[in-house]
Amino acid sequence: MLRYILHKLALIVPTVIGITIASFAFIRLLPGDPILAMAGQHGVSPERYEILREQFGFNQPIWTQYFQYVWGVLHGDFGISLSTKRPVIVDFLSLFPATIELSLFAMMLAVLLGIPAGIFAAVKRGSWFDQMTMGVALTGYSMPIFWWGLLLIIFFSGYLGWTPVSGRIALSYFFRPITGFMLVDTLLYGNWPAFVSAVRHLILPAVVLGTIPLAVIARQTRSAMLEVLGEDYVRTARAKGLSPGRVVNVHALRNAMIPVVTTIGLQVGLLMAGAILTETIFSWPGIGKWMIESISKRDYVVVQSGLLLIALVVMAVNLLVDILYAVINPRIRVR
Amino acid sequence: MSQTTTGAGPSTPDVKKLGRAAAFAEFWHYFSINRGAVIGLVVFILLVLVAIFAPLLAPYSPDEQFRDALLVPPAWEDGGSMSFLLGTDPVGRDMLSRLIHGSRYSLFIGLVVVTVALSVGVTLGVLAGYFGGWVDAVIMRLMDIILAFPSLLLALVLVAILGPGLFNAMLAIALVLQPHFARLARAAVMAEKSREYVTSAKVAGAGHIRLMLITILPNCVAPLIVQATLSFSNAILEAAALGFLGMGAQPPTPEWGTMLATAREFILRAPWVVTFPGLAILITVLAINLVGDGLRDALDPKLKRS
Amino acid sequence: MTFMKSLLAATAVLALSVGAAQAKQLVYCSEASPAHFDPGPTTGGNDFDASSRTMYNRLVEFKHGGTSIEPALAESWEVSDDGLEYTFHLRPGVKFHTTSYFTPTRDFNADDVIFSFERQWKEDNAYYNYLDGISWDYFQGMDMPKYLKSIEKVDDLTVKFTLTEPNAPMLANLGMDFASIMSKEYADQLEAAGTEELLASQPIGTGPFEFVDYQTDAVIRYKAFPDYWGGKVAIDDLIFAITTDPAVRVQKLKAGECDIMPYPNPADIADLQSDPNLNVMSQEGLNIGYMSYNTTVAPMDNVDVRKALNMAINKDAIIDAVYQGAGQPAVNLIPPTMWSYNTDVKDDAYDPDAAKALLEKAGVKDLTLDLWAMPVSRPYNPNAQRVAELIQSDWAAVGVKANIVSYEWTEYRERGKQKDRPGAFQIGWTGDNGDPDNFFATLFSCSAIGVSNYSSWCDPDFEKLIQDAKTTSDIAERTKLYEQAQVVFKEQAPALTLAHSKVFMPMSKRVTGFTMDPLGIHRFDNVDVTE
Repeated sequence: MLRYILHKLALIVPTVIGITIASFAFIRLLPGDPILAMAGQHGVSPERYEILREQFGFNQPIWTQYFQYVWGVLHGDFGISLSTKRPVIVDFLSLFPATIELSLFAMMLAVLLGIPAGIFAAVKRGSWFDQMTMGVALTGYSMPIFWWGLLLIIFFSGYLGWTPVSGRIALSYFFRPITGFMLVDTLLYGNWPAFVSAVRHLILPAVVLGTIPLAVIARQTRSAMLEVLGEDYVRTARAKGLSPGRVVNVHALRNAMIPVVTTIGLQVGLLMAGAILTETIFSWPGIGKWMIESISKRDYVVVQSGLLLIALVVMAVNLLVDILYAVINPRIRVR
Repeated sequence: MSQTTTGAGPSTPDVKKLGRAAAFAEFWHYFSINRGAVIGLVVFILLVLVAIFAPLLAPYSPDEQFRDALLVPPAWEDGGSMSFLLGTDPVGRDMLSRLIHGSRYSLFIGLVVVTVALSVGVTLGVLAGYFGGWVDAVIMRLMDIILAFPSLLLALVLVAILGPGLFNAMLAIALVLQPHFARLARAAVMAEKSREYVTSAKVAGAGHIRLMLITILPNCVAPLIVQATLSFSNAILEAAALGFLGMGAQPPTPEWGTMLATAREFILRAPWVVTFPGLAILITVLAINLVGDGLRDALDPKLKRS
Repeated sequence: MTFMKSLLAATAVLALSVGAAQAKQLVYCSEASPAHFDPGPTTGGNDFDASSRTMYNRLVEFKHGGTSIEPALAESWEVSDDGLEYTFHLRPGVKFHTTSYFTPTRDFNADDVIFSFERQWKEDNAYYNYLDGISWDYFQGMDMPKYLKSIEKVDDLTVKFTLTEPNAPMLANLGMDFASIMSKEYADQLEAAGTEELLASQPIGTGPFEFVDYQTDAVIRYKAFPDYWGGKVAIDDLIFAITTDPAVRVQKLKAGECDIMPYPNPADIADLQSDPNLNVMSQEGLNIGYMSYNTTVAPMDNVDVRKALNMAINKDAIIDAVYQGAGQPAVNLIPPTMWSYNTDVKDDAYDPDAAKALLEKAGVKDLTLDLWAMPVSRPYNPNAQRVAELIQSDWAAVGVKANIVSYEWTEYRERGKQKDRPGAFQIGWTGDNGDPDNFFATLFSCSAIGVSNYSSWCDPDFEKLIQDAKTTSDIAERTKLYEQAQVVFKEQAPALTLAHSKVFMPMSKRVTGFTMDPLGIHRFDNVDVTE
């Protein structure tokens, strides 16, 4: 097992180096002068311009800039945001919990609804339930989620007034973050109404973000189940007279879950993409909205380090999924 | 992904032709049992026709502004007018005409992106799979790097570098979609490489290019077709998302995502300018995905048996 | 252990906030996050709302809802006859905020005034460079380094400003946000601790509200300063809920999640006005949306061509479609509410046929131009893209083809400034201080070419008029000069004056005492809420 993990890690090293080069290079290619971008409506004097260039190291050779960048990253220094003047890592860490909370909740919805729906559809293959579920799943999978989010806001917040419009918690609740996860923090403070408020704020964005993973997981579970149900040992189990429920539960499910776990893992990268749109629509203070705003503000430093941090997170999750996959499916380790 | 068993092996031209016809008949048999796929195909063909004949079908030019008919609701609502079936937008342009012309952009985006992503991705994948070694390592690491970034974020940054616009958006989306083709093509080539027919072709003295293009590639076509369909709908969605974020096609282009973005402020007052473009995207993508499902089932021999 | 400690501390804060729940609370849905809380180097209206107008004071201030000056931290002042010496008598007994991170030991005095300006002025000041990439845009932009000779402490409560030459707008400039007064004692304390940058994130001022907390891009919290020199304000807690999307702001207001919001979409105003729980205030904005022709690039170096392009544009249609009636066609560069507005100037009438004839006369055929559209919504131009689409179609009617171009906002302005930038460039301006000089000289003086004169227009007659007006302090004389300048401007047409917009401020009916401000800032010191 350890050898397998080490092997996976070794494979990742060149990719990580590549990612640092890519994120560094992107930013140098962006049009517009970062110093002028900082100066604002009234411009900046030529002397001041030179001082700033020096301060930010834009006057050094490109490879020096790169090595300084990597050196900084290795020491946890991801630069200072051009617009907020705070270290990028501080902003990232303060916003990341919001994105994790949203993504976890969305994923929970997707898994808790998607897997049972997929299993049921497979067991009742061809039934109206199967057809309807798969129809809905394919529609969800084809959904432009930015539009979906707008529709839900119109209906649930605007028309029915059931859910809050945006934000993470009602403004009358105020406490310093402990973990940064609103649901956890409210419980740590023992403030039940605040917890309820946080949940209410989380529902719509989580539904929107969870839509595509839900559809994918339901479809994947169904086809994995169908495949397993068709295999010899399940047929044997059935022939042995085991009850259909037991066949599904014990034999089929465990084997069908292997591809499903991989699918769930692969959704993480997609969730990050979805978070960009969802957070923009719901003004959710997470890293997706932060990246969009930084791109439009031309905050070079944030875009560069944000890209890097997000890619590292995605890679870490993928690695975790690989390892998990190896744990539940010992055959793979032999390779 | 598994590879097809139909039409495998080197054969005389006659047998090949016959095999193809039979393969197609078999494919169509399986495809046409799938009701959803057929519906999807019909809708898709209709969309293509609408796109081709857009100037004939649309009641007005998509850019014509009726200054005395701003934000007219759809015909069936109070204040609606039969001359604007789906209403008008904030500068008095006919929604229906814009949606009809918009189909051209979406299908064009899908087509261009898939063509670029497919050709670049397959080339890289085949090279990697065929030669292996360091060529494989370099290409696949590059693909890993691209895949490590969330696709929409990567496309956004690329468009920020290249400048917003339809062409640049297509380029960016093609770039983020092509690693999937590369991985597929590589896997398929590696699986085929060691087979008997390839070895015998090699023994017969076939060159690298001949081996790659004529001998191996046709046998990995099935998964690539399925992936291409998926990418087609993905491309439309991503282009719409970029348009929605202001980084795709620029207004007044009647691209659906862009129309949605510019109409967002009317979400409460004039819901039709927001609803219809989104619905158009959903229907198009859904139709293509239905076709994609049908293709996968019909081309995948494993599922055929079950 | 540390966890338990922070838990305890947090519980204490929570207890406080629960106690304050009965207190009067006002939630303002603001339009953007502030860059930080130092009003010196920042330039955005949202930055000022969150810092200078809530937590700071200036020597003199603009009256609520107006542009005239009233005493603030300076109780009175004298200006010498030659206009070169300004002596300010400071208000005694003014306290700085006492917070968890700073406890003042002395009242406000002359040292604070000198520090507040020298940090922006003297390169050897410890705060001149205290943030990465900092620049003192307004201090530079108002030409302070050019006009200021010295600032001296006469005694603890008297400060003398000496100028290099007379400058009529000087007093108004000192009421602007960049001239906010900081605590020198606090700054010294930070400097001694080597944490100067906290000046921007943990602000200390003399203003009506003191800082409590800021969650990045989400919420800013303030509470009333009990020892405010003007008396404690009526509300206890002020909360800025940062909500960038105007449609979402409207929804939050309607849902009761906030009490007051700026900049609604023009499209939503009718609906807001019909809501029985809301009150929509409105005011003519001190602003101008315009479109600059580059007067140095052919064929727009020809005044006939510029006139013809103006006449081809149906301004009323634009006001209807884009401003949704919340604006009025602009005749002059300055809005009608500003002194020296010339009512005799007639606008170029909408007349496509005459425009065509004029183009023919100028010998211009098959003209193709770039039509620039700002990527952002501003009060003076809520949707430049839509304006561009309308103008494009109007110009097509007289045979002029327009390509709409747009870039990211900062880059848009950078490219627009280029002296050889082609085409017609949409832009606008909201006044900083209510002086016509802030429009004429800032936007169209010769020295502003390459900075904010997007027409690259340097007309000797116009230039002389506005420069003379700047160095005279006699209002009647200045009025006459500016009126003439407006005549020259209309004749030469370096730009299309598009619209002065109305600014709307929707709020819950429980909010009382809010005054709209023509300078586009939002102040809450007079506001109260009823239950």
